[in-house]
Amino acid sequence: MTSTLQLFLIVSSALFSIGLLAALSRRHAIFILIGIELMLAAANLNFIAFWRFGSQPQPPVGVMVAIFSIAIAAAEATVGLALVIAIYRHYRSTNVDQLNQLKG
Amino acid sequence: MNATAFIVIAIITIAGALAAATLPKLIHAALSLVIVFVGIAAYFFLLGAEFVGLVQVFVYVGAVAVLILFTILLTRRDIVSERGINWGGVIVALAVFGGLLWIILNTTSLAVLAPQFEPLTVKQIGESLMTDYVWPLQCVGLVLTVALIGALILVMEEKIER
Amino acid sequence: MSQSLDQIFVSAKQWILSLLSGTPDWVTTIVSILINISALLGVFLTIFALISVLERKILGRMQNRYGPNRVGPFGLFQPVADGIKMLIKEDVVPARADKVVHFLAPILVAATAILTLGVIPYGRNMTPFAIDGGILFFFAVGSTTELAVFMAGWGSNNKFSMLGAMRAIAQMVSYELPLIVTTLPVVMVAGALSPDAIIAAQDGYSFGIVPHWFVTTPWGAAAFILFFVSGLVESNRTPFDVPEGESEIVAGHMTEYSGFKYATFFLAEYFGMFAISGLAVTLFLGGWHAPIAVLQFIPSYIWFFLKLSALLFVYIWIRGTLPRTRVDQIMNFAWKFMLPMAFTCIIAAAVWHYQGRGLAGWLWSLAVITIVYLTLSLLLETKKKFAPRTYRFVE
Repeated sequence: MTSTLQLFLIVSSALFSIGLLAALSRRHAIFILIGIELMLAAANLNFIAFWRFGSQPQPPVGVMVAIFSIAIAAAEATVGLALVIAIYRHYRSTNVDQLNQLKG
Repeated sequence: MNATAFIVIAIITIAGALAAATLPKLIHAALSLVIVFVGIAAYFFLLGAEFVGLVQVFVYVGAVAVLILFTILLTRRDIVSERGINWGGVIVALAVFGGLLWIILNTTSLAVLAPQFEPLTVKQIGESLMTDYVWPLQCVGLVLTVALIGALILVMEEKIER
Repeated sequence: MSQSLDQIFVSAKQWILSLLSGTPDWVTTIVSILINISALLGVFLTIFALISVLERKILGRMQNRYGPNRVGPFGLFQPVADGIKMLIKEDVVPARADKVVHFLAPILVAATAILTLGVIPYGRNMTPFAIDGGILFFFAVGSTTELAVFMAGWGSNNKFSMLGAMRAIAQMVSYELPLIVTTLPVVMVAGALSPDAIIAAQDGYSFGIVPHWFVTTPWGAAAFILFFVSGLVESNRTPFDVPEGESEIVAGHMTEYSGFKYATFFLAEYFGMFAISGLAVTLFLGGWHAPIAVLQFIPSYIWFFLKLSALLFVYIWIRGTLPRTRVDQIMNFAWKFMLPMAFTCIIAAAVWHYQGRGLAGWLWSLAVITIVYLTLSLLLETKKKFAPRTYRFVE
């Protein structure tokens, strides 16, 4: 018999694997970003699930970590998308397979 | 914990995630990503972390999703023709999922019931943000500022020299 | 007597729930939720019908004409006629539209507009969805509107739609910042994110005539004005209606919608306006509190809706008065003026709090706001002289 915590972990690991799938198998740079966002969201779900099923210390560590990780994820998405736009301006493409030069 | 709610949210979230990872059109994938974010926020509500759920909707749906959509529009001329599926990625992802599943199902210490729970108020979160977590809070503020300026510099129009 | 009149709707709901006392818990919960939803929808659909005809009548009066007066007494049945017309129109979907996205956009836009109405307290003990982080809920759900607008613009596969959607999103994102930052001083002073606690913090009167609403303090008044202007932009009302400027881009993101879907957009726009005005009443105008102590015998919900209709009248008034602004003017105004002023409100509120919330604090926060306002207006002075207007007549 699986417990509820295990169910949450299974869902979040499924989300993580799907994110990994998107990040590894797609060629468009924005798909890779979407995959990374999925993985981060799965990690957040884990933090909250462990906080809820743990001994609930004061201060609520799991909730705090989740809040900070959401903030960091927002910063990551901003910079990532700015990079995508910069790369697109330069190469006229966002296909990561074509970005194989070190020289600009 | 409400079993029906759990199952419904799980189905919606994982379907949304699969759509986000596999749909051929970028816009559709980005919109499915929104479904995943809302589903995860619903899980946060279910787990009693309402504040985090609201922040999740606010930041991801209100900001990150709109950013992604804007970027797609700005780089629209580039419609990548995806030649076939990259099977390597699929195999790695499946292997990771299998490994995680095996570990989760074989860890006995995870089989715990949810303890008695008193709801977490916004006030408590605010107090711990301002006392125990002041330094992380300041650092996050710094990181966000740097990210803002960095993103602006990255996308600023370069002077065309011709 | 006034006590029971004040709580008449709450008691009515309790009475309906008491009829179900034998049933399991979840039935009571669901029935309670359904009662809240139907009350909310009933009230606001009525207000929507009323305001749609009143707006046209008031605008007509401002422009020296009568407005609708054919259908029913004083044209009051005009919304019924409009509704029938909208319902029996053909539902056109463009051939090359993204069908699913095109279909989902009006649903999403209406759903978010209705959800945001849920957290506002309409009277004593009359919050349909009382949640600890109510203000955050309002903004979290409200920010989803941008997504719906984008879906409408993209799904239509039309240049005008896409341009309108981009304009709408750009201005909504820009003005969301001042909108949220101006609520922060209120949240700070009240020490809570729930609308009920914020209203409770505005209870009481000085000398029986000056209510302790936040709008009576300098920072509150400044924040209220900023909030109201941002609200105008968020609900895409004139003078900030460039996303759907008829003379430039047809109807913006709603160009390709017809019949009932168009009506849904229209409804969502008005519901958004009600929600923003309701939140303004909650945050700054004391919610359901009476303006002077003597008038407290009048039920709380009457005060709330009076304040709400006053704000709605100002919306219509502004629409009848001001011309449409340009896109770049809107953006410059947001980033150069609104945002610094909004941050100033936070500082002024802190000054007010640490000076003991009395007369000294009142004067100090007034000084802070005036200094920043004058500095900003000096800095933003463009020294642009307009050429004297010349008229050429046919000779």
